[in-house]
Amino acid sequence: MTSRARTEERAFAVLRWVVIAFLALITVLPFCYMLLLSVKPIDALLRAPGDLWVSAREFTTATYREVLRPTSEGGQGFVRMLVNSAVVSLGAVALTLLAAVPGAYAVGRLRFFGGRRVGALFLAVYLFPATLLAVPLFVMFARMGLQGSLTGLAIVYIAQTVPVSIHMMRNYFATVPRSVEEAAAIDGCTRLQTVRKVVLPLAVPSLMATGLYIFMIAWNEFLFALLFLVAEPEKWTVSLGLQQLAGGVEVSKTVLMAGSVVLTVPVVLLFFAAERLLTEGLTSGADKG
Amino acid sequence: MTTTESRAARRRDRPLTAARRENRAGLAFVAPTVLVVVVVVVLPIAWTVLLAFQNARLVDIQGMGLLGNWTLGNFAGVLGSPGFWTSLGTTLVYAVGGTAGSILLGLVAALALRRSFRGRGPLRAAMLLPYVAPVVAVTFVWQVALSPQYGIVGEWGRRFLGWERAPAFLSTRDQEVSLLGVEFEIPLALLTVIAFETWRYFPFAFLFLLARLQAVPTDLEEVAMVDGATVSQRFRYVLLPQLMPVIALLSVLRFIMTFNKFDDVYLLTGGGAGTDVVAVRVYEFLTARYDVGAAAAQALVLALVLAVLLGLYFRFFASRAGEEA
Repeated sequence: MTSRARTEERAFAVLRWVVIAFLALITVLPFCYMLLLSVKPIDALLRAPGDLWVSAREFTTATYREVLRPTSEGGQGFVRMLVNSAVVSLGAVALTLLAAVPGAYAVGRLRFFGGRRVGALFLAVYLFPATLLAVPLFVMFARMGLQGSLTGLAIVYIAQTVPVSIHMMRNYFATVPRSVEEAAAIDGCTRLQTVRKVVLPLAVPSLMATGLYIFMIAWNEFLFALLFLVAEPEKWTVSLGLQQLAGGVEVSKTVLMAGSVVLTVPVVLLFFAAERLLTEGLTSGADKG
Repeated sequence: MTTTESRAARRRDRPLTAARRENRAGLAFVAPTVLVVVVVVVLPIAWTVLLAFQNARLVDIQGMGLLGNWTLGNFAGVLGSPGFWTSLGTTLVYAVGGTAGSILLGLVAALALRRSFRGRGPLRAAMLLPYVAPVVAVTFVWQVALSPQYGIVGEWGRRFLGWERAPAFLSTRDQEVSLLGVEFEIPLALLTVIAFETWRYFPFAFLFLLARLQAVPTDLEEVAMVDGATVSQRFRYVLLPQLMPVIALLSVLRFIMTFNKFDDVYLLTGGGAGTDVVAVRVYEFLTARYDVGAAAAQALVLALVLAVLLGLYFRFFASRAGEEA
């Protein structure tokens, strides 16, 4: 090995660990900061903004109690917002899967006239900006009186998630072995029965991955929640509620930090729980043995 | 006459071929999805195009028909206002900066985490946090951390870096900086927003690039190593060519997403201090002025600019690919 190669080798070996430490710092630290501030009283934060610890004497869970208590009892009512967010997100998951599964199966699996063009159309929709959709949907919902309705919001989220969902599932449907479907057909299943009883059960890992993705998008979404629900505080999702309260000065920052934790924890937990489940699901093949 | 009739009758009786049956099934399965996409995506966008050419305010729309009040005034107003052009410039800087930053950091991360070490699994998972966490929560954390009054960044800057006072990262349009005795101004709020974009989306690039890196056959690199190539040479001549298609794809995807981004900027700065990207302007026209026509026209112009940029990009890339082949 030349000397230049050796020096470089050594330099990059060191640099690699510097980079790894840096990455760990920038990804984990903000979330530690979030957790830390959520268990601090506000005056402790104002007194020493640079402290990255909380003393046992200062430790408090009053922030969480305030943020979760209903507004009628002087809290911030985050429990109701959590319910709203969950309803909208689960509704969006169900509606989008219902809308996307047949199309994804057709595009991924069946050869039919215009199939490739339809597949391209679904992808092209992904490129349309949300701002283009915001204007007409805002007008349409104002007209139909759906403004301030959680159902309306769930419907809007279909538009946000259908293209990606189709794309995620079509690749999976394409990998379901044809032999399995042919066996079902020989046993006398119609195409619809084959899909329902054979293909869909095989595609459960993909359906779950897609469902999770839709859930995350709907749970984290902010623009449309702001456009449709801002006038009705009892319909606010957690994202919208947190942003609305953060704009004011009445609620202390540490209480809102507790709100941020409440908003972040469900989606992060779901993500990490499903990440393992998904890899396990994907490794078990259906065609073998 | 009779023969053709009987042939037609025979064809009707014959069971469908497998291909034709598959064709029918395909159309039947794809129909409901296409219907939903048309109703929730295509029709609203078509309506945006119509609205952009109409003199429409939200109050009139209740009684207004779908068509009527045709005007080009919205476009004249949008293209004629100086605010739009600076806003478009800001959007471009923001999109290019955010795209380049997130891909670069993602590439560095993918290279660093390529070979396994103790704790790689947990770190890999942790690196997805900025991307997975709700945007409202992470922007709030950034706002608090960067606050000049009670933010940790300003406090540490004063304590360890000797800053005189903490800058207002999110509300300073131009910050004077002196470096090596030279004084100049930097657009602080815009740079902060770009830094946020880089931080939030580098995991996306990281995931794509790591997957591609791990698919690069190891013998390629081993051969290069035997030939005496250094680490940087191996990256430049072996890995980078393999990664280039993914980087190109990521650039397009991230550019489109960042170009249209609304929430990140709106939540961090509210579009103030030199960060008023077009998406935020569309929102302002829609909700503050109820000027639906102008909002639609701006959204449409934004989409057209994006389409032109993408067209140029693909043309450039297609011709380059042609030369190389």
